Amino acid sequence: MHAPANPFAGQKSSSRSIERVAFGVCRSATYFILLCAACIFGTILFKGAGTVFQTTAPFINVPFLTQAPETLFVFEHEGVKMKMGDKEFRRFKEEKGLPDIAAESYVYSSGGIFPCIVGTVLLVVGSMFIALFIGISSAIYLNEYSTHGRFVTFIRLAILNLAGVPSIVFGLFGVGLFVAFMPLLQNFDNPAAPTLPVGFGHYLNFSGWNVCLLSGWFTLAFMALPVVITASEESLKAVPMGFREGSLALGATKWQSIRTNVLPYALPGMLTSSILGIARVAGETAPIMFTAAYVVRDKMPWDVERPLDMLFQGVMALPYHIYVVSSKIPQNEYTERVQYGAAFVFLVIVMGIALTSILLRIKMRARYRW
Amino acid sequence: MNPTDTKTMQSATADPDSADAAAPAMIEVENLDFFYGQAQALHDVSIRIPANKVTAFIGPSGCGKSTLLRCFNRMNDLIDVARIDAGRIKIHGVDIHHADVDVIALRRQVGMVFQKSNPFPKSIYENITYGLQIQGVKDRKQLDEVVEKSLRGAALWDEVKDRLHTSGLGLSGGQQQRLCIARAIAVEPSIILMDEPCSALDPIATSKVEELIQQLKTKYTIVIVTHNMQQAGRCSDQTAFFYLGKLIEYSKTEKIFTNPAQKQTEDYITGRFG
Ligand SMILES: Nc1ncnc2c1ncn2[C@@H]1O[C@H](COP(=O)(O)OP(=O)(O)O)[C@@H](O)[C@H]1O
Ligand SMILES: [Mg+2]
Repeated sequence: MHAPANPFAGQKSSSRSIERVAFGVCRSATYFILLCAACIFGTILFKGAGTVFQTTAPFINVPFLTQAPETLFVFEHEGVKMKMGDKEFRRFKEEKGLPDIAAESYVYSSGGIFPCIVGTVLLVVGSMFIALFIGISSAIYLNEYSTHGRFVTFIRLAILNLAGVPSIVFGLFGVGLFVAFMPLLQNFDNPAAPTLPVGFGHYLNFSGWNVCLLSGWFTLAFMALPVVITASEESLKAVPMGFREGSLALGATKWQSIRTNVLPYALPGMLTSSILGIARVAGETAPIMFTAAYVVRDKMPWDVERPLDMLFQGVMALPYHIYVVSSKIPQNEYTERVQYGAAFVFLVIVMGIALTSILLRIKMRARYRW
Repeated sequence: MNPTDTKTMQSATADPDSADAAAPAMIEVENLDFFYGQAQALHDVSIRIPANKVTAFIGPSGCGKSTLLRCFNRMNDLIDVARIDAGRIKIHGVDIHHADVDVIALRRQVGMVFQKSNPFPKSIYENITYGLQIQGVKDRKQLDEVVEKSLRGAALWDEVKDRLHTSGLGLSGGQQQRLCIARAIAVEPSIILMDEPCSALDPIATSKVEELIQQLKTKYTIVIVTHNMQQAGRCSDQTAFFYLGKLIEYSKTEKIFTNPAQKQTEDYITGRFG
């Protein structure tokens, strides 16, 4: 008997080799991305760790995290190459009686990045509250109150478009609206700006809020809004219709029903997705560099006469600081310390926010299930 | 037009039986025309639903039973495209669309149990007290009393009295539906609307709910939508048969099931369509 030919025998054809090529391309593309990410993170983590950590107790470079930036001076003294921060260098000169010793100077390369960390935290927290309040409110309006007409479709379209606006445009928008136009309540009539008297000797002067925390908060918040609104709407949609109908049928008003039977179940999703979105915009330099960030500021945000003044002052911020130290000062062994250190700390902060939101989501998911 | 058609064209009587016409009507619907956008869901429906009786709505799906039911507590207000073009609905003799009628107050009087049981993801206790808490009742003792009374009223007390503070979602399907009934009676309505309350329940849970309906009718007027002919036969006093948005026949349940006046009713009941 003749054995039957194997009906499943492979056929050599061009489609097989194409298959192999396609598979290879897709796979190497993925590996390429992985490699890039590994390079970036690896470099920053490796080089930054040298700044942030140290081999002796307490193992963390505390001054880097708690001091303001200083100028670094590098000079030769009695044949030894020395480097010192600004203050230390001045003291050194006085002690040694060498007022004009020749030294190379590198700005921001000594000291730490404490004011930038503080500024970034302030910016993130403030803009988060504003974005969450405005975003969740409008998501509730769109999803719960509005009738689904052409107007609402138009609003949704506008929100989608907002998400595609480049960050620099948001920055300039922030300058135009918040920095240069928003009104201040003052007890004099500012002749240089449009003014609205409100009585009791007070005037609303449309002279703008200037470069300050408040302007930065609103600019960042507006940038995060599309994400917050979209995420909030999704979370609202995920709450079963039965929760609303059930409470309305018991005689709840619409707001009661939303507050007691929709929001509690939508909030975990809203918060976690929104925080992720805000963490992303918090990393942007463009929106804050004209509205809130200073290259350098000696006073800390809380060094103010009245608490309210805190809102009307600029701050230093990590993303902007990183931009400044990486583009405005030379790259060499003396400046690398602050460049990679700042990037490292910033990465850790952003990852921390993202991680918090993910943990929050896991925890809240377990609590609210239906 | 053939003779059967002519027969079905005539409007069903609004009263279940001339003998009952004297009984006070709890819900009176007069010549109701209801639309979803351009689509008419109810055509010239008139029906008088007597107090303290169980009235069943039967008919093939899509014939407008739920729509009419949801008119009674104005749940259709939530649907943008829904509108009533003509006719009136009176409850306790008051037109429920009158400007003086507060829909919140109406819904407290007209409770509803949904097809898909929808306990809130809160504790059993909080589910029951929800209706009172949104009215601002805070007195712990009063709430405790209402919880016990409502759960007893819904024949659920013995099963859950030891776990009042566990989630309502931990109950079985039948228990969840009775929890929803307990939640509805906690605000002391005069009418309870039930939209296919047993469609997702097994036979044992169904018979428990049906028993409960029999107990409830001494205190409440009950309108129940059902797909299940036997259920309508078992637990209702009068039955309304709807077809394509029209009320075809409305009379005493025994009469509908033994001697229907309309051919369409007979066809539906004997299972020839639907
Ligand atoms: N929200 C709605 N929007 C538009 N049409 C609807 C809506 N709800 C129901 N309908 C339509 O109205 C008709 C009656 O529906 P319904 O009252 O739910 O029927 P039943 O409860 O008898 O099955 C159906 O044709 C259905 O498609
Ligand atoms: Mg239905």
